[in-house]
Amino acid sequence: MNAETIAFAALALVLVGSALMVVLSTNLFHAVLWLALALTGTAGIFLLLEAEFLAAVQLLLYAGGIITIVVFAIVVTERLVGESITQTNRRIVGGGLVALALVGIIANAIADSPLPTTRPPLTSDLTRAVGETVLTRYALPFELLALLMVAALLGAIYFARPDD
Amino acid sequence: MGLNAYLTLAAVVFCIGLFGVMSRRNTIGILLGIELMLNAVNINLVAFSRFVGNVDGMIFTVFTICITVSEAALGLAIVILLFRVRRTVTADHLDLLKG
Repeated sequence: MNAETIAFAALALVLVGSALMVVLSTNLFHAVLWLALALTGTAGIFLLLEAEFLAAVQLLLYAGGIITIVVFAIVVTERLVGESITQTNRRIVGGGLVALALVGIIANAIADSPLPTTRPPLTSDLTRAVGETVLTRYALPFELLALLMVAALLGAIYFARPDD
Repeated sequence: MGLNAYLTLAAVVFCIGLFGVMSRRNTIGILLGIELMLNAVNINLVAFSRFVGNVDGMIFTVFTICITVSEAALGLAIVILLFRVRRTVTADHLDLLKG
């Protein structure tokens, strides 16, 4: 048991536990807070994979951005923030069976595949490599992404504008 | 830790998200499940990128995160609009297109 294994096990436990609470919590507001923990755990996994830049993006955009707007949406639409009402529909058993079957199939496929067990040593700074590649080889998709985000934000404003 | 540990963890999180999408009543709850699923995909992309030694997967992750943020902003705008029109965000009650 080295330090990486222990850290991975702890992060996996946090991630799976908080993900289960996201889908099982009867209070939607609590579910969002569990989602924040799950996203932070994912940032920890990114750190284990030596992707510090992505861990920072994950924390800033997700844990900072998405959680805030989801909380706003709940406050606007849900008058029962503090109460626990039935949050599941009639497909809970079937959905559970489908999810279990899918995880079994994927785990089986992963176990059967010849996957690398060691990672190649880092030759250069990953953050620098990401930045250089984004602005050279992926410059066009990057600009299209900017366009997409502007369109999405304009669309969101259009939808949420008051009627007049 | 080998690549298979990361992929298995991502598969488990993905399926938990899928279960949330299928079992939640509230539209915002369904969106939370979708966030979990996209998050699992990001873990896969970063793990593959690191173990193969190619930076492309990490750039794809940056793109995925941006698209997820756009999706969440638009999805929640639609939820708020639905609430204003129908006074409910329960997916079972949103059956305007049902014949």
